[in-house]
Amino acid sequence: MSSTNPKPSTAVLDHDKVADQASTYVAKFERRETPLQRFKKFLHHYPIAAPLIVLLLAVISFSVIVGDRFLHPFNLSLVLQQVTIIGVIGVAQTLIILTAGIDLSVGAIMVLTSVVMGRMAVNHGIDPSLSILIGIGVGALAGFINGLLITRLKIPPFIATLGSWNVFFALNLWYSKSETIRSQDISNIAPLLQWTGQTIDFFGARLTYGSLLMLGIFFLIWYALNWTAWGRHVYATGDDPEAAKLAGIRTTRILMSVYVLAGVVCAIGAWVLIGRIGSVSPQAGTMTNLDSITAVVIGGCSLFGGRGSIYGTLIGALVVGVFRNGLALAGVDVLWQEFTVGILIISAVGIDQWIRRGTA
Amino acid sequence: MTAQYDKTPVLQTKNLVKRYGSVTAIDHADFELYPGEILAVIGDNGAGKSSLIKALSGALIPDEGEILLDGKPVHFSSPMEARALGIETVYQNLAVSPALNIADNLFLGRELRKPGILGSVFRMLDKKEMERRAKDKMTELGLMTIQNISQAVESLSGGQRQGVAVARSALFGSKVVIMDEPTAALGVKESRRVLNLIKEVRDRGLPIILISHNMPHVFEVADRIHIHRLGKRAAIVTPQSHTMSDAVAIMTGAMEVSESEEEAA
Repeated sequence: MSSTNPKPSTAVLDHDKVADQASTYVAKFERRETPLQRFKKFLHHYPIAAPLIVLLLAVISFSVIVGDRFLHPFNLSLVLQQVTIIGVIGVAQTLIILTAGIDLSVGAIMVLTSVVMGRMAVNHGIDPSLSILIGIGVGALAGFINGLLITRLKIPPFIATLGSWNVFFALNLWYSKSETIRSQDISNIAPLLQWTGQTIDFFGARLTYGSLLMLGIFFLIWYALNWTAWGRHVYATGDDPEAAKLAGIRTTRILMSVYVLAGVVCAIGAWVLIGRIGSVSPQAGTMTNLDSITAVVIGGCSLFGGRGSIYGTLIGALVVGVFRNGLALAGVDVLWQEFTVGILIISAVGIDQWIRRGTA
Repeated sequence: MTAQYDKTPVLQTKNLVKRYGSVTAIDHADFELYPGEILAVIGDNGAGKSSLIKALSGALIPDEGEILLDGKPVHFSSPMEARALGIETVYQNLAVSPALNIADNLFLGRELRKPGILGSVFRMLDKKEMERRAKDKMTELGLMTIQNISQAVESLSGGQRQGVAVARSALFGSKVVIMDEPTAALGVKESRRVLNLIKEVRDRGLPIILISHNMPHVFEVADRIHIHRLGKRAAIVTPQSHTMSDAVAIMTGAMEVSESEEEAA
């Protein structure tokens, strides 16, 4: 083969040949990246990085401001105890937000099921473990109702759960007769209900069984979301329901399973709640709804569905817990704690928007 | 005419009818797809070609007539059933999940689980195997310019996404691949890649039904062209026997093709 001839022997004017010689770069712009852009790209590839950085910065700043008291194992385990309930309910909320939904009734389901568990065991004398199972059943039923409203009646999740929030909360007041079940009565009759509040010593840290239960739930849901087909389908349903349907996913079933599972997780949250406060109060945990959404949002989950991770929510809950605890130790008024949490939410979503712009 | 057209059609309809109230969308339509060919289906808007395609992909249940797969009558009541029999459809609106990665998308709805107790009890996904098979398929189809099989589909260009959708159909379609306007949303170079990909899939033995409005694309890749008009087949032509203007004329009714002429083509 001679390669000395510089001219091609035949002039091929076929448009295919022309296309083959064309640049293989499709719409690629040469652009020098600034460190800020590189950071943005990094955050886009690792969405978990942003809340993690905030958490680390918060821990470092509070240990500088407050001193040893903050980093003491006892205090850190206190933070963990304080975020346990938000963490558990945050798991339920994450599942729903991943499907591009939102659940305003999670707190009400938790309180309702805690009252069911308490009254079953204390007032009706039913075996405590059975009472817990009944509570979990009620949670599942509540989630099932939410799911039906959303998938069958096609009511937007925000409205459906706004309605069911009120319904569940009213049922809770009716069933509890607005009475609190005293801590003493529970520890006499059904100590199992308070088991989640018992502590175990762990190198000077005092972990509650409730915190361990929360970590267990996080692990289970992490596994289900990342290592099972169901998890892939949850993401696909939230990402693009039409595409998911065309791929053969029964999206209605997926949504139903998510709402029922969220109800079950809320009922487990109720057990953790009883352990944390000792008593059963129909007025407890009223802010849990919004706190759970806060944790999910700070953890980097997109409210448009399909994007986010379950451990992001754990970190989001810890960020809130660390800020509240650190500011309290620093002697800052509660109202400024709320102020800070508000700023955190807005910054989290703002950063998320900034990351998405231009890098997708 | 090569020998492949003497064989039994892979997919065939006889006297298919579908009515919506007083409107007849499919009017006693015949259709044949032979092994190893690219059959383009063209027709003006409202000619009923999408109804025909929906009937073939299981998205629509015909009122009368029959659908034959490998010569045997079949009845689909959902796209799932058609898919289970090896008929894959690539949809116009790119039915991929942007946030999921390439391997996840290829196996979406048909995930592989790990062997043994991990798969049966713990329902654990076999991510390695899915990634391996995805990589093999993408390489086989010449799509491995995509660097990383675990990159999110949203980071791909329109043509690459279409490539993922085509790869999925080639991975699971054992009988027929139906492609609905695969180049409609793409640029010139991207279209070229997808057209090459379509030929590639055909050369691997899978017959393809290509629905397109783009005449140059149709005439470039199709072995035969089914022209649909007024709810039924107006003609079968080949890129060799007729010009693009002829095809458009038949499509719009400006030119009639007699049965004998059709047989000759």
